[in-house]
Amino acid sequence: MDLTRAELLEAYRKLRRIRSFEDKLGELVVAGKMGGFMHLYAGEEAVAVGVCTQLGDKDTVTSTHRGHGHCIAKGVEIAGMMAELFGRATGVCKGKGGSMHIADIERGMLGANGIVGAGIPLATGAALTARIKRTGGVAVAFFGDGATNQGAFHESLNMAANWKLPALYVIENNGFGEFTPTEFVVPVKDIAVRADSYAMKSLIADGMDFFDVYAKAAEALAYCRSGRGPVLLECKTYRFAGHFVGDTLVYRDKEEAEDWIQNRDPLQNFETQVLEASLVEAEALRRIDLEVQEEIAAAVESAEAAPWPDVAETETDVYVEDGG
Amino acid sequence: MSRKLSLGMAVNEALRIAMETDPDVILMGEDVAGGGDRKGDDVDEMGGVLGTTRGLVKAFPDRVLDTPISEMGILGTAVGAAATGLRPVVELMFIDFLGTCLDPLLNQAAKLRYMFGGNARVPLTVRTVTGAGMQAAAQHSQSLYWITAGIPGLKTVIPSNPADAKGLLLSAIRDDNPVVFCEAKLVLGVSGEVPEGDYEVPIGKAKLVRGGNDVSLIGFGGTLPICLQAAEQLASDGIEADVLDLRSLQPLDEDAILATLTRTGRVVIVDESTPRSSVASDVAALCVDRGFDSLDAPVKRVMAPHSPVPFSRVLEQAFLPSAARVVEAVRSQV
Ligand SMILES: Cc1ncc(C[n+]2csc(CCOP(=O)(O)OP(=O)(O)O)c2C)c(N)n1
Repeated sequence: MDLTRAELLEAYRKLRRIRSFEDKLGELVVAGKMGGFMHLYAGEEAVAVGVCTQLGDKDTVTSTHRGHGHCIAKGVEIAGMMAELFGRATGVCKGKGGSMHIADIERGMLGANGIVGAGIPLATGAALTARIKRTGGVAVAFFGDGATNQGAFHESLNMAANWKLPALYVIENNGFGEFTPTEFVVPVKDIAVRADSYAMKSLIADGMDFFDVYAKAAEALAYCRSGRGPVLLECKTYRFAGHFVGDTLVYRDKEEAEDWIQNRDPLQNFETQVLEASLVEAEALRRIDLEVQEEIAAAVESAEAAPWPDVAETETDVYVEDGG
Repeated sequence: MSRKLSLGMAVNEALRIAMETDPDVILMGEDVAGGGDRKGDDVDEMGGVLGTTRGLVKAFPDRVLDTPISEMGILGTAVGAAATGLRPVVELMFIDFLGTCLDPLLNQAAKLRYMFGGNARVPLTVRTVTGAGMQAAAQHSQSLYWITAGIPGLKTVIPSNPADAKGLLLSAIRDDNPVVFCEAKLVLGVSGEVPEGDYEVPIGKAKLVRGGNDVSLIGFGGTLPICLQAAEQLASDGIEADVLDLRSLQPLDEDAILATLTRTGRVVIVDESTPRSSVASDVAALCVDRGFDSLDAPVKRVMAPHSPVPFSRVLEQAFLPSAARVVEAVRSQV
């Protein structure tokens, strides 16, 4: 692993930022301060951060209903995200999008998405743009195991493989689609094998281990950038909370969940590895924890104080007004 | 005998009765079982994302099928099953997801019978949640019933209360045509008296829920409570409103619409959807076309604007029709 100390600390900051952000959202929804459907990413942080730390602004990412982690990992400002989640005029999408539609085009974040699987062809299109405009960029689609049962997944993989597009397809296999265990609806154990049908390269990573995701993503991205075609990367992971805030979790095996949460936490995992290898000191990590906490508290405070959108905004941004 | 149930629980009861009375009825969809009954009794099932189908997999383990997130496959499979002897009820979690699976409805279910010269039946029911009001934003809040209502070969119904929901769903399931059954978010959790036992509410029949001679408020699904609220406000100003619940969008009860129009001479249609090619526009056209001589004022539509559904609470409230806007529309007519 060729990460510098500064890069490791930055990676940790992103992991922590996502975790703390999501924990805060959970509290805010339960307290009735925030509305809408809220799908939290806690537990899966190593996937977004392991991949996105290797991307730049010319690389595009598409995401899902569980999108906050991808946004944060791709560099979207949390103040603007928080304001968006509070439905305020200062939100990254002016309060019009909400949790499932956070986007930041300048940062190459082509949106969370409320339609399962819909981000996959969008990323394929972004890869096509990169190819035709020779930007040198890649496109990364993040999506759940459930999304791989959509036609959009299969159609996209076939097109991308056939056109050798610079696209990385990242499956976040957390074992469930909503409340239904993946094994009830998918006959293969490793979804990565689906790449074989499209003569596409595939890899499997431990999605709870930042370093494994980082290494596999590095290999995949090098492959994509070299023009050899797309890659399917399956990350085995687990969501710590329910499908959405309010999920009673009756369908989930408690012991299994506890095992993932207690023994495989990606933040804990990262910390253990960097401390054992003496790459960073515990104090540096604790300092980051505090800074992130303050940053999030400030984001909440400024969001709550921000103005509501003007109701006239309901009917703006439907069409491009200056380009017709 | 009756007791109070939410609209969702009335739907649950109708599904149970339909499955008890007909072994060909099957239930398919994402999480309709929800992990239930396969790991033993210690793991309970969720019964759909809003809990509407809870308990059914335990009663009918072979006929309640959790599917992958594959709407195109689910709907297409259901059409094929319906055409070959089953009577499937599919849950399309939110009508917005129609975007991923329109073909099985548009080009298959709706057209097989016609294309085959009357030699096919597609007894399919698609239950789906419609509308705004939960801050679920642009891709989980649309009122797209105007699409299915506009496709020849499909029927579309939308109850406004639990009792109608139960009876309409039983009719839909037993209908030999494909029926889209809409559960509007604005009324999904609302409770009301529901008769016990097996009964049907006929598809294609509107219902007059309040009588008055000054103006006709026409609503359906989630807009019915808005009409009733507006009627209350108008009554305190001495304006008595007829309130008509369409219940069925296709077939449309044209006679009931013209009857109320004839009585009052003024019509306000309240529809949660966007205005272009809408049910409200269709009803307005009917009023002008066949009721022109009875009209004393322009027909008004109270609807959403021509825009996607916004997330922010304040914008969503502005987007939705309200009693205040209905009252304002009526005032503009008198
Ligand atoms: C086309 C479509 N169908 C269904 C849904 C409802 N839905 C939202 S999230 C979800 C489960 C997604 O599972 P997966 O892709 O594995 O992602 P995860 O939630 O596990 O991160 C479902 C069924 C949707 N949003 N879009």
